[in-house]
Amino acid sequence: MKVMVLIPAYNEEKTIEGVLDGIRTHLPDTQVVVVNDGSTDGMQQFLDKQPDITALHHPFNMGIGGAIRTGFEYFLSTDCDVLLRLDGDGQHPPEQASNVLRPLIEKAADAVIGSRFIEKKGYQSSFQRQGGIKLLHFLSRSILGLKITDNTSGFKAYTREVILGIIEDFPSDYPEPIEVYLMSKKGFSIIEVPVFMKQRQGGLSSIGVLDSYYYMVKVLLTIFVQFVIGGKK
Amino acid sequence: MNPYPLGPIQILSIIGSVALIVGIIYLIRKKKLKEEYAILWLFIFFIFLIISIFRGSIDYISKLLGISYQPASLFILLFAGAFLLLLHFSIIISDMRTKMNRLVTELTLVHKRMEDLEKNKDYS
Repeated sequence: MKVMVLIPAYNEEKTIEGVLDGIRTHLPDTQVVVVNDGSTDGMQQFLDKQPDITALHHPFNMGIGGAIRTGFEYFLSTDCDVLLRLDGDGQHPPEQASNVLRPLIEKAADAVIGSRFIEKKGYQSSFQRQGGIKLLHFLSRSILGLKITDNTSGFKAYTREVILGIIEDFPSDYPEPIEVYLMSKKGFSIIEVPVFMKQRQGGLSSIGVLDSYYYMVKVLLTIFVQFVIGGKK
Repeated sequence: MNPYPLGPIQILSIIGSVALIVGIIYLIRKKKLKEEYAILWLFIFFIFLIISIFRGSIDYISKLLGISYQPASLFILLFAGAFLLLLHFSIIISDMRTKMNRLVTELTLVHKRMEDLEKNKDYS
């Protein structure tokens, strides 16, 4: 089974080297793709010096959803079977990746989410964000009937079929909670596995403090319109 | 006694506000309007709806702003809403214009590079 590791990254020059080293150690037989989402630091120069990494450079910042979408398109152009996604800021330790990949290799699920809230170990996110995460947990349980504890986790793995099924409707920004709904509505089986996450090692979060309110409004509006009253299929 | 009896204009404005909200939701459902561009529209129409339901709110706003002719407050709110929307879209258009310029430059350079590579391939 061929595995691709996708890292969407924006201005993460300081942390990306550590993440790539971790992948080289813990996931040696994988194809690694970094989508540099229009970084203004030295990301492009650094990535271009890594012969074993495929670097895809956006000409400007498209947001996390745009970067993941580029990665998905690239993945579909290859013959890889499984895509593992992790962040370039060091939050998702590559040594945990085997836990996320295992259910896919054992064909126990179509998609796997690495959750920091199952064993409640490691970085648990800020108090304010945890409120939003609890609300999303309640909504996914009542609307989808799924017990997803970490709807905002970007530590995920999927099969090729899942990516083919969700790429058309993949959101341009703040994609994580909506992605869970898309996968569930398309009938893919999703499971969560416990992971240990670290606090971001550097760079800026794709979601600022004020943005988090806008994020919740937008996500709730999408969930309500597309998944509660139903959208165009 | 209710100082604001329900009149035809109030019924019409409630129906109008609800219709506008439903219209925006319909456009999102049909994927003709993206959620990020619908939030401000919905916010403004919800304010219209609240004002339509609670007619006393216009009196309150007028007193707050020191306006003696209440319909003027309504016009100020309408202008403020329209101004906000226009500013919002101007910012989006400016951002898109900048990105389009960069995209055209990038595409031109990629095209030139491909032409050069093809020429080199022909000579070899």
